[in-house]
Amino acid sequence: MPVKRVDKTPMPQRDPGLRAHDFLEVNEGYDLQRAMFEAERCLRCQDAVCVEGCPVRIPIPEFIHAIAAGDIAKAASILRDANPLPAICGRVCPQESQCEERCHLSGRFTPAAIGHLERFVADWEREQPACEAAQRPWRDEKIAVVGSGPAGLVCAGQLADMGYSVTVYEALHAAGGVLRYGIPEFRLPNAVLDWEIEVLKQRGVEIVTNVIVGKTIALDDLLEKMGFAAIFIGTGAGLPKFLGIPGENLNGVYSANEFLTRINLMRAYDFPTADTPMKAGKRVAVIGAGNTAMDTVRSALRMGAEQGLIVYRRSETEMTARLEEYHHAIEEGVEFHWLTNPIEVLGNDDGWVTGLKCQVMELGEPDESGRARPVPVAGSEFVLPVDTVVLSIGTTPNPLLLSSTTGLETDRWGCLVADETDGRTTRARIYAGGDVVTGAATVILAAGAGKNAAAAIHRDLAAARQTAAG
Amino acid sequence: MARILKKRTLTPVTRLFVVEAPLIAAAARPGQFVITRVREDGERIPLTIADFDEAGGTITIVVQEVGVTTRLLGALEEGDDILDVVGPLGTAPEIPPGGHVVGVGGGFGAAALLSLMRELTSRGDRTTAIVGARAKDLLILTDELGAVCDSLELCTDDGSAGFKGLVTERLQQLIDGDGDGGTSPDRVLAIGPMPMMRAVAETTRGAGIETLVSMDPLMIDGTGMCGGCRVTVNGTVKFACVDGPFFDAHAVDFNEAVRRNKMYADLEHAAADRQATACQGAAGGA
Ligand SMILES: Cc1cc2nc3c(=O)[nH]c(=O)nc-3n(C[C@H](O)[C@H](O)[C@H](O)COP(=O)(O)OP(=O)(O)OC[C@H]3O[C@@H](n4cnc5c(N)ncnc54)[C@H](O)[C@@H]3O)c2cc1C
Ligand code: SF4
Ligand code: FES
Repeated sequence: MPVKRVDKTPMPQRDPGLRAHDFLEVNEGYDLQRAMFEAERCLRCQDAVCVEGCPVRIPIPEFIHAIAAGDIAKAASILRDANPLPAICGRVCPQESQCEERCHLSGRFTPAAIGHLERFVADWEREQPACEAAQRPWRDEKIAVVGSGPAGLVCAGQLADMGYSVTVYEALHAAGGVLRYGIPEFRLPNAVLDWEIEVLKQRGVEIVTNVIVGKTIALDDLLEKMGFAAIFIGTGAGLPKFLGIPGENLNGVYSANEFLTRINLMRAYDFPTADTPMKAGKRVAVIGAGNTAMDTVRSALRMGAEQGLIVYRRSETEMTARLEEYHHAIEEGVEFHWLTNPIEVLGNDDGWVTGLKCQVMELGEPDESGRARPVPVAGSEFVLPVDTVVLSIGTTPNPLLLSSTTGLETDRWGCLVADETDGRTTRARIYAGGDVVTGAATVILAAGAGKNAAAAIHRDLAAARQTAAG
Repeated sequence: MARILKKRTLTPVTRLFVVEAPLIAAAARPGQFVITRVREDGERIPLTIADFDEAGGTITIVVQEVGVTTRLLGALEEGDDILDVVGPLGTAPEIPPGGHVVGVGGGFGAAALLSLMRELTSRGDRTTAIVGARAKDLLILTDELGAVCDSLELCTDDGSAGFKGLVTERLQQLIDGDGDGGTSPDRVLAIGPMPMMRAVAETTRGAGIETLVSMDPLMIDGTGMCGGCRVTVNGTVKFACVDGPFFDAHAVDFNEAVRRNKMYADLEHAAADRQATACQGAAGGA
């Protein structure tokens, strides 16, 4: 029976004073006892509204019941059927605006810790001895997946399970997309991602790194010369935006992508053992307040910054970061400058950053996004003395691939036009999903899109097989 | 991984590698580049594709040993693999046909002229290559370049080969009508160290000769994802890895480019020194 307890079972986490100086994971994870204790809080509602909040419709009460009953293997299999990346989503989903927001416990109590439980089950699963025998494709059709972020990885895994021979092409030297180069170790350890990728290979997926489709291989050649029956495009939204304010090219100004890539993909924190250098600075201002901005400012602290500042032109209410990351950032001593709009990066004679000139904003009428529009307060300019500025104001899809071919429609934000439910693009045999379609969004939406597209590819190929046979 | 099929030492610090990379060889156009990484935890560095052979499935790269990664690369031998090679990256330069194109190559930049000059010559442009180095034995690939250009001009600081003086001095003479056949350049293409490219830009600016330079900012991904490679051209920010590497020499902000390239110079020197000491230590112990 459900047990009434007001608060979530706390997630054991490393001391902020210690963890802010290294890259080890902040959250330590539930043990079995904590997980079962928390699982008892679930009300086992008839109308499980939490499920509606989950983009991939994990049967949440079912997997939580299995935990409460101590049957973690069963919980794991329920989870995996619905979400191929539970260890990752349990760590990075914005639960507070998805499953947990809908939870009936919310309001008077705190919601069931669905994310923490998901993570617990997936971590347990990772520790079980691998027993699955290697899987080989048994169908004739080959499928190409472009990009190895969550959308591409999930699509590839699903298609491999349906018997197709799947090749994933990745531009970088390592697979994983944003999970590899963007989200830092202290939030998503590489070991978790490595394990997921190993499992995919075990299931027969071939991953080819160092191939940029549109440069190394033409998209059309995949279909016409290399014999792929269908293509899934999951190339993400990797193109960083800049503000276009004076001083943006001074030494010490980075895009968040560059800052995080140097650290996560290139391991600049291990310089000179690793060869990529980095100057993360002593007083670092990060412009923006999404997950990327939080990851950046907290990484800066771990690289040795004495002060990490978030500079955001809107207020705390409009911040888009996951709540847990915001709390962790506060605990680690990050300074928040809300309603602060950067207007110029200042530098010294040698061209290095010395400050960030800002103006104070106030909130006005709602803009097209429905959020209150920030408007400048006259005469409010001031300078934040910083030596590093990182821009984390959003990304858009990289036009590299899309501009190398014809017939693929894009919208006015440069996003690839594709059906949200099945990933079909404006060209036959080409499907797409994830950030390249939605613009920068979330891991679970990308994973869901990869899964849906895999199902559509399978349906369409089956129909084609039937037509050919009839 | 890309297998090294052939290695040639061009100068004591410059090596040429013919590397097995069939996909890149099939897709490459003159002037494009690759990004390589030579070891786990290694950095990603851009290298010009000096030449490529689609039929043979190979590309040629020329490496000047200036830092940790280029030294590690230079130490590789035939039969070894380069850990990561990705490309072809960047956009091949658009050069309107029919003129007299002068390619200026400084140091290892001469190698980068090879496939560019061959393409221009074979489509019927008049081509001259001016290559320079401190002394004769530091000039590279002169036979190969001579074979793909209408005329080849050598320059050395000490006069041990060809013209005694800088490539830009010889370029000025050509502009003044002192070249082979007397035709002054319609277009200039400069590839090499930043100071040289900048000097070429100044040389051709007055005469208003269209000039392209091949910028080599620090890069990571090479696909437009990090923005670390940004250069300012005519007041607009460009990503050299996708929009370049070739830009209008008279519109590039060289001050900024030079400054941005030196961003990590102190760290890089320290790492290179440490590497040199470690090598000596190893050699001493052997
Ligand atoms: C720092 C950071 C923190 C984030 N935190 C969270 C979070 O906490 N929670 C959350 O839900 N979401 C978070 N996100 C968003 C989430 O990571 C993305 O929405 C998700 O990764 C998108 O997945 P994707 O598969 O569409 O693309 P990506 O993960 O972007 O992967 C695309 C891949 O395709 C490759 N590629 C691109 N072009 C080509 C080409 N032409 N040929 C071959 N390969 C190509 C790229 O190199 C890349 O590896 C964060 C994003 C960032 C940057
Ligand atoms: S995948 Fe995300 S939204 Fe769905 S249950 Fe898990 S944490 Fe909640
Ligand atoms: S090298 Fe990263 S954008 Fe050019």
